[in-house]
Amino acid sequence: MPSDELKVIERTGPHPPLVQLLAEADRQMTICNACRYCEGYCAVFPAMELRREFKPDDLIYMANLCFDCRACYYACPYTAPHEWAVNVPEIMAAVREETYREHAAPKMLARLFMGSRLLASFAVVAIVSLVFALVLATSGSAAVFGTTGANFFAVVPYWSMVLPAVAVSAYALAVLAAGGVRFWRDTGGTVGQMFSVSALFRASKDALGLVYLKGGGEGCFYPDELPSMSRRWFHHFVFYGFMLDFASTTVAAFYDHFLDAHAPYALLSVPVVLGLVGGVMLTIGAAGLLGLKWRADRTPAHPSMLDLDVVFIGLLLATAVTGLLLLALRETAAMGTVLVVHLGIVAALFVTLPLGKFAHVTYRYAALVKNQIEIAESEHSA
Amino acid sequence: MTTRASTMTPRYDVIVIGGGNAALCAAIEARRGGRSVLILEAAPTMFRGGNSRHTRNVRYLHRGEDFHLVGDYLEDEFYQDLLDVTGGNTDERLARLTIRASEGVGHWMAGNGITWQGALRGTLQLSRTNAFFLGGGKALLNTYYETARKLGIEVQFDAEVCGLEVRPGDFHQITVGSEAAARLYEAKVVVAASGGFEANLDWLGEYWGEAAQNFLIRGTPYNKGGVLKLLLAAGAKAIGDPREYHAVACDARGPQFDGGIVTRLDSVPFGIVVNRDAQRFSDEGVDMWPKRYASWGGLLARQPGQIAYSILDAKLASEYIPSLYPAIRADNLEDLARHLRLPPVELRHTIEQFNAAVVPGTYDPTKLDDCHTEGLEVAKSHWAQTIDRPPYMAYPLRPGITFTYHGVGVAEDGQVIGDDGHPLGNVFAAGEIMAGNILGRGYMAGFGMTIGTIWGRIAGQGAAAHAER
Ligand SMILES: Cc1cc2nc3c(=O)[nH]c(=O)nc-3n(C[C@H](O)[C@H](O)[C@H](O)COP(=O)(O)OP(=O)(O)OC[C@H]3O[C@@H](n4cnc5c(N)ncnc54)[C@H](O)[C@@H]3O)c2cc1C
Ligand code: SF4
Ligand code: SF4
Repeated sequence: MPSDELKVIERTGPHPPLVQLLAEADRQMTICNACRYCEGYCAVFPAMELRREFKPDDLIYMANLCFDCRACYYACPYTAPHEWAVNVPEIMAAVREETYREHAAPKMLARLFMGSRLLASFAVVAIVSLVFALVLATSGSAAVFGTTGANFFAVVPYWSMVLPAVAVSAYALAVLAAGGVRFWRDTGGTVGQMFSVSALFRASKDALGLVYLKGGGEGCFYPDELPSMSRRWFHHFVFYGFMLDFASTTVAAFYDHFLDAHAPYALLSVPVVLGLVGGVMLTIGAAGLLGLKWRADRTPAHPSMLDLDVVFIGLLLATAVTGLLLLALRETAAMGTVLVVHLGIVAALFVTLPLGKFAHVTYRYAALVKNQIEIAESEHSA
Repeated sequence: MTTRASTMTPRYDVIVIGGGNAALCAAIEARRGGRSVLILEAAPTMFRGGNSRHTRNVRYLHRGEDFHLVGDYLEDEFYQDLLDVTGGNTDERLARLTIRASEGVGHWMAGNGITWQGALRGTLQLSRTNAFFLGGGKALLNTYYETARKLGIEVQFDAEVCGLEVRPGDFHQITVGSEAAARLYEAKVVVAASGGFEANLDWLGEYWGEAAQNFLIRGTPYNKGGVLKLLLAAGAKAIGDPREYHAVACDARGPQFDGGIVTRLDSVPFGIVVNRDAQRFSDEGVDMWPKRYASWGGLLARQPGQIAYSILDAKLASEYIPSLYPAIRADNLEDLARHLRLPPVELRHTIEQFNAAVVPGTYDPTKLDDCHTEGLEVAKSHWAQTIDRPPYMAYPLRPGITFTYHGVGVAEDGQVIGDDGHPLGNVFAAGEIMAGNILGRGYMAGFGMTIGTIWGRIAGQGAAAHAER
């Protein structure tokens, strides 16, 4: 009595429709739920064990709980060439990517940006060039190429820097927040649950500590079948480096606005130290992650998610490197050029923030909160 | 490391045949003993690791807390548990040796890279007897292969041993691959850790006839028993009944090989089981898990066509671990019979007769409750509930073979012995291929890995010592 119930679900094209992905995720989770060998690795499997069947919202939630540590791929005796071809990290990444796409706005742009690495790179180059052209047109080439003495505002006037930055950040935040709320609703969350303090607290701990990049305790399985903590450390460097840079910008704005202390700041001033440390951390982290992805086994990776990763991390790296370069060259005639390129890259980063991999912050966090609520409920009922 | 003879045949101090748990433990110990070691594994890299890649836990003796194990698990209790499952079919000397040597094995495993899994919410609670390695057997083997690599152990995959010339006092000769493309190797000491012969349906067919073709083999297709045959031909003492194997009820829709843990079905005690003539044939409610788990494989193997059907109704739908394949459902018994291709009149008759015989009681799946039948030729002694609430559900069952008991006799130092009890000379055995010495019948969860680890270590250490001479 052979059965084709467990046959791998065929996918059409590089971006197959969500229904196909969910059918495949359902198939694999059904195998996993009869097996459960991986339950010690992460939150996905315990969440799976609370269910006997997997509805689309369950799978979307579980996909966003998966941190792509790949432990379960290397532990699985049913990976290809076994006929069941189980590959949980790959299918979860595919579903996740669809989540980002589905919840992004404007959708048209997101589809383009998430369409391919080539299109995304093209978009980035276009934005940088556009910024450059705008600055050249408004400030003139003398200001761009002739300014010295770290006088940033001679190149780009203060308000021209602040207003677009605020606008782009506000847009990014709004899109991400809207996506987060829709995701929450789509995965069955209520408004009341959204403000469950203990769940928010525990989820924040999970997120800030990158608990699930510990795999089963030894780390993620990168570049291949053995665990190491490198991915977790690099990610920490990226996140906290990014936060330091963000803090540096905020402090600088505060100095400028409220203390009437204007750039350039001294090497040992708060904004410069924060920016420098943050920039170095971000550079190390982003370069490290790119290196890991480069060396990593491609089988457990979902190709187009890998594209998103590379574009986003590449942008972060470019932001950090040009930022550091700006600091190093701020007294020279190259300052103007570097500044404009840096601003262009930052603009590209923020414009594409809700269209690309950055979105993972929102959905992962939402999934972690939901997970904490679920854990509390299951403990309560047990 | 390879010392080449003038014939250019690669020579090693120790060659380990097999690539599962027992083989890796043996290789690691032999290498730590300073010997050059080659592992010959029949499977390709992606399928390396034999049945060990399907395992989940290991049982070992401990005094007090040990990693995540709680309480004590001491020799007498351990040995008594073994007597219970084997019905005394064990060599007490070797069994007690295994049990004693298992003390501290958790630390040895951790020392070789294994991570232990703590208690979780969900299925695994704190355990006293069985320690769970994180991620299961394949993760364990990945770790051991890495340990082996770091130690400088050589490994050949796709290397099925097809010839073994035992030459006591000299280099044994090993042939890998088919005759057409044979490769030769020489070793002072050979460790046979090549598992049982359960994947060899023709060999099983010698005892089971046509029926063997209907068996599902839960583990690797590479355990064909070739090395076991070679050793027996070289004069090794045969142990264990070659007819016998450990088998459980598996979903008949599963693959013939390598379905692993996931195709097992534990729905049997919650309903009834009928054969292809729609007749019940055995008491579905005799034993608690895990005993009942091990008895159904053999029962199924003796039914016509080696097939049977576990039948339940709607009220029992979520009593057991979620199944891999969905239940076959129907709103009435006639449709169910049609889906299963069972004679409908007989099926209805069997179920009505069963329902009429059920004596109501207090249903409790966690113990041997008082729900039973009265007056049936084949009784159901516990958990008997009427089957009358649609939709009706069914799972097709076949015997799923876990491993065979037939193997070679060994001495306390792990050397393979001949019929006269004397060692063949520098040939050791470890794991499933000699497990029948200790586990002659039945099964005790986690004990296969105990035997593989302990005897792998014993054989590896013995091999290192003998290679020196
Ligand atoms: C689904 C399943 C679940 C199980 N779960 C558990 C559990 O949780 N705990 C437990 O203790 N036990 C469990 N067992 C039993 C356990 O798998 C065995 O007892 C144990 O793995 C035996 O180890 P081994 O190294 O002797 O054999 P194996 O791991 O089977 O290794 C035999 C090796 O020999 C190789 N080989 C065979 N013939 C040749 C040849 N001619 N030349 C070269 N190489 C050859 C094979 O490719 C294989 O690598 C389970 C078994 C199954 C099937
Ligand atoms: S990934 Fe494989 S080993 Fe892990 S739970 Fe799923 S089926 Fe089991
Ligand atoms: S890849 Fe890691 S996080 Fe994702 S399901 Fe597997 S074990 Fe869990």
